[in-house]
Amino acid sequence: MTDVLRVEGLVKRFGGLLATDHVSLTLRAKEVHALIGPNGAGKSTLINQLCGELAPDEGRVFIGPHDATHLSVPARVTLGLGRTFQVTSLLDDATLRENIALAVQSRAGHSFRIWDRVLGRASIWADTQALLQGSGLEDRADLPAHDISHGERKQLELLVALARKPKFLLLDEPMAGLGHVESQEMITRLQAIAQTTPMLLVEHDMDAVFALATRISVLVYGQIIASGSADEIRANPAVREAYLGAEDELC
Amino acid sequence: MRLLVFALGFGFLLAVPFLTQSIGQPALLTLASRILIYAIAAASLNFILGYGGMVSFGHAAFFGIGAYTVGILFAHHSSAEPLFGLIPGSNQMLITLPAAVLVAGLFAGLIGALSLRTGGVQFIMITLAFAQMLFFFFVSLTPYGAEDGIIIRRTNELFGLNMRDKTVLYYVILAIALVFFLALWRVVNSSFGAVLKGMRQNERRMAAIGFAPYRYKLFAFVLAGMGAGLAGALMANFLRFASPDMMHWTKSGELMIMVILGGVGSFFGPIFGAAAFLILETFLAGWSEHWPLALGLILLVVVMGTKGGISGLFDRFGGRGK
Amino acid sequence: MILILEQLLNGLQFGVMLFLLAAGLTLIFGIMGVINLAHGSLYMVGAYAGTYVATETGSFWLGLPAALGAAALTGFAIEALVVRRLYARDHLDQVLATFALILIFNQLIVLGFGRQPVFTALPSGFGGSVELLPGLPYPTYRLLIIATGLSVALGLYLLINRTRIGMLVRAGATNRDMVRALGVDIRLLYTVVFGLGALLAGLAGYMAGPISAVQVGMGEQILLATFVVVVVGGVGSIKGAFVAGIVLGVVDTMLRAFLPGLLRLVMAPSDADAIGLGVASMGIYLLMALVLLVRPKGLFAAGG
Repeated sequence: MTDVLRVEGLVKRFGGLLATDHVSLTLRAKEVHALIGPNGAGKSTLINQLCGELAPDEGRVFIGPHDATHLSVPARVTLGLGRTFQVTSLLDDATLRENIALAVQSRAGHSFRIWDRVLGRASIWADTQALLQGSGLEDRADLPAHDISHGERKQLELLVALARKPKFLLLDEPMAGLGHVESQEMITRLQAIAQTTPMLLVEHDMDAVFALATRISVLVYGQIIASGSADEIRANPAVREAYLGAEDELC
Repeated sequence: MRLLVFALGFGFLLAVPFLTQSIGQPALLTLASRILIYAIAAASLNFILGYGGMVSFGHAAFFGIGAYTVGILFAHHSSAEPLFGLIPGSNQMLITLPAAVLVAGLFAGLIGALSLRTGGVQFIMITLAFAQMLFFFFVSLTPYGAEDGIIIRRTNELFGLNMRDKTVLYYVILAIALVFFLALWRVVNSSFGAVLKGMRQNERRMAAIGFAPYRYKLFAFVLAGMGAGLAGALMANFLRFASPDMMHWTKSGELMIMVILGGVGSFFGPIFGAAAFLILETFLAGWSEHWPLALGLILLVVVMGTKGGISGLFDRFGGRGK
Repeated sequence: MILILEQLLNGLQFGVMLFLLAAGLTLIFGIMGVINLAHGSLYMVGAYAGTYVATETGSFWLGLPAALGAAALTGFAIEALVVRRLYARDHLDQVLATFALILIFNQLIVLGFGRQPVFTALPSGFGGSVELLPGLPYPTYRLLIIATGLSVALGLYLLINRTRIGMLVRAGATNRDMVRALGVDIRLLYTVVFGLGALLAGLAGYMAGPISAVQVGMGEQILLATFVVVVVGGVGSIKGAFVAGIVLGVVDTMLRAFLPGLLRLVMAPSDADAIGLGVASMGIYLLMALVLLVRPKGLFAAGG
C-alpha cells in the first residue's frame, strides 16, 4: 500500500446537481498530483470532502491504510493530512510565530494542560524558529497575521501546514493572487517540499502545474475526464474540448 | 514596572478595611467584598467569552449552583440529615467551596455538552434557556425554600476565624480571589490557554491544524462554570442566603456588562468592570429609583461608542499597546 | 375531556401569541444576523400604547392602530438609531446594546405609567363565550386571538411565498450575500423586516392585554419563551416559528394545567403544586434540549 491518499467513487449532490460525480483518485508517495479544471468543475467541493469539512453522499476516502470517510477534520489531520486554504484562513490577531507555534503544539500534544507555561515549552519555539528561518518571513515573525501582505499570508499558510509535519499536503490554489515573482518563489519552495512530502495540488496557474506536477487529473462537471503526465494531458482531445474557449489557459 | 502596579493594586485592596474605617464608611467594605466576588464571576465569564469567543448568556446559572451547594450543605448540616441519605451536610468552607466548584463544573459539563453543539445566535439563546430552566427548577424546589431560597444562618467556618467579622470575611474573600486570579493567570498562559485563544479567532483554522474545537471549548466551558461556582459559593457565605434570583437571566446579563465594561478579553478587565458596575449601581440607586435608565444609557454608549472597555482606556492613556 | 379541549384551545391561543413574536424575531436573526433582546420591549410598547388609547377613548378598536403604530415607530427608531450600527458587530455587542434598550424601555414605562399593572377592557362584543361543543363554552376573545394569529400566519405565508419582497426575505434568510449581490437596497429590506417584526410584536402585546396584565417586564417573560420557539423552529424559518410556537404553546399550557393535578396523586398537595408548576415552567426548555440533541439547528433550519 503506497497510496498516501485514496478516494473511491466519491459522490456529492447539491439538490439535483452532481457536484462530485463518482471521483476516484490516488496520491502516491513522492508524487505531486495536480487537479485542474475550469471554474465550477467542483474542485473546491472535492477538496472540502477530502479534508473532512463536507460529508460525501457516497464513496470512501482512505488516508494511508485508514478509512477516513467518516472522520472529522482534526482526526484526518492527526492521520497526516496537511492543507492550505484558497482564501487564507489564519489566526489574524496572533503573530506569525504564534500561528506556526500553535500548529507545532498540536503535533507535540499536551494541549489540555492548564498548569504549564506555553512560553516555557522550548521545543515548540525552537521548531517554530527553525521553520521561520530561511522562509523569508523571519523578520516579520512577530507581527500579527492581519498586518502582512497577501503573498506573505500565502507563505504563512504553507508554513503552518508544514509545522504539523504532514504525511501529505492538500494545497488549494497556493498561487492564487500572487504576483509573478512571488509565484516563482512559491514554485521553488513547493519543489523543495515535494522532495519529501507528496502533494495534491489544485491550481489554476498552468505554469505552476506544469513545473510541479508529476501527474495531472482533469476535473470537469464533477467528473475526472483524464489523468496522466503533463504531455498526455496536453495532447488529450477531451481536455482540449473542455477547455475550449479558454485554450490559452492550458499552455 | 508591571509588578509595581500589581503590588500597588494589591496593597490598596489590603488597605480597604482601614480606609473605609478611617473615612467612616463601613458600608463601603461590603461593596468592596461584593466587587471581589463579582470580579471572580466576571473573570470566569471573560475566560470563555473574551479568550474563547463563546458568548454564554447563562453564566449566572453556575453562580447560583455554587451558592445553592453551600446553602444545601448548610441546611443538611443544621438538620444533621444526610442529603439523599448519603451525603452529610457541612459548614466547613474547606469542604463547601470545593464542593460548590465541582457541582458547578458538573452542571457546566452537561449544559456545555448540549449547547456547544450549536454556535452563534443559537448558542446565546440556548445557554440563556438552560439557565432559565435551572432558575425555574430552584423556584420549584420547595424543600429548599422555593423562590425564597435558603437562609444560611451562619457563614461557613474556616480555621476557627471569626467569620461574622466583616473585615475577617473581606480578607478571606480577598485571599481566595488572589488565589483564583493567580490560577487563572496560569491557565490563560498555559498550552490550553493558547489553544483557547486560537478558537476565538478562527475555529476552521484550528481544526485544520488538528484541534477538535468541541472538546477544547467544552473544557473551557467547564472551567468557567467552576469559577462562577466559586464566586457563587462565596456570595452565599457573604449574604448568608442562596436564592433563585442569583441565577435569574438578568444576572447573566449583568455579568456580561461587567465583562464589557472592563474590556473583553483583558485579564484584569473583569475586576475593573465589576467595580465600575457595582459602584455605578450603588451610586445611581442612591440617586434615583430609575437608575436602570441611566445604566442602560451608559451601557449603550459604552457598547456603541468604545472598544476595549476600561482596560482599553487605561491602555490608551497609559500608552502601552495590547 | 372537555377540560382537555379547553386547555388545548388555551395552548393554541398561547401558541399563536408566541408565533406573532417569534415570526419577527426569527426573520431579524435569519436575515440581518442580529440578536434583538429588545423585541420584548416592542411587545410591551404595543400593549401600553394600545391600552392607553383604549382607556382614554373607551374603544378597544381605537387602541389597535395606536398599538401597531407605536410598536412600528419604536421599531423603526430602534433600527435606525441602534440596530443599524450593530449589523457588522459581533453578537456580544448586539446582546449588550439591546439589553441596554430593555433597561431603558422598562424605566421609561415606569416613568410614564408607574409600576402598577394596567388592565384593558375586552372589546365590545367579545366579552362573552360561545358554546363550541355542548358543555364547552369558550371565551370569544380568546377565539379572536386564535383567529388573528392564524390569519397573520396565512398572510405571512402569502407575503413570503407570493411576493417579490417575500422572495428577497427568503433569499436573505438563506444567503445574505446573495441578496446584496442582487443589487437590492438591503438597508430598506432590513428596515421593512424590522418594522414588520415590531408591528407583529405590538399586535401580540396589545392582544395579550385583556387576558394577562399589562406591566413592566411583561416583554422579558414572553421573550425567553420566544427564544425557545425560534431555536426549536430553526433560526430564520417562519414555518419553524409557526410549528414550534403552536407545539410549545400547547405543551406549556397543558403542563401548567395538568401536571400539578397529576403530581397530587403521588405527593402532598402543596409540594405537588410547587413542583408541578416548576417542572411545567421547565417543560419547554427540556423540549428544546431534546430537539437540539437530535437537530442542533432546529426543526426547520433555513438554508438546509
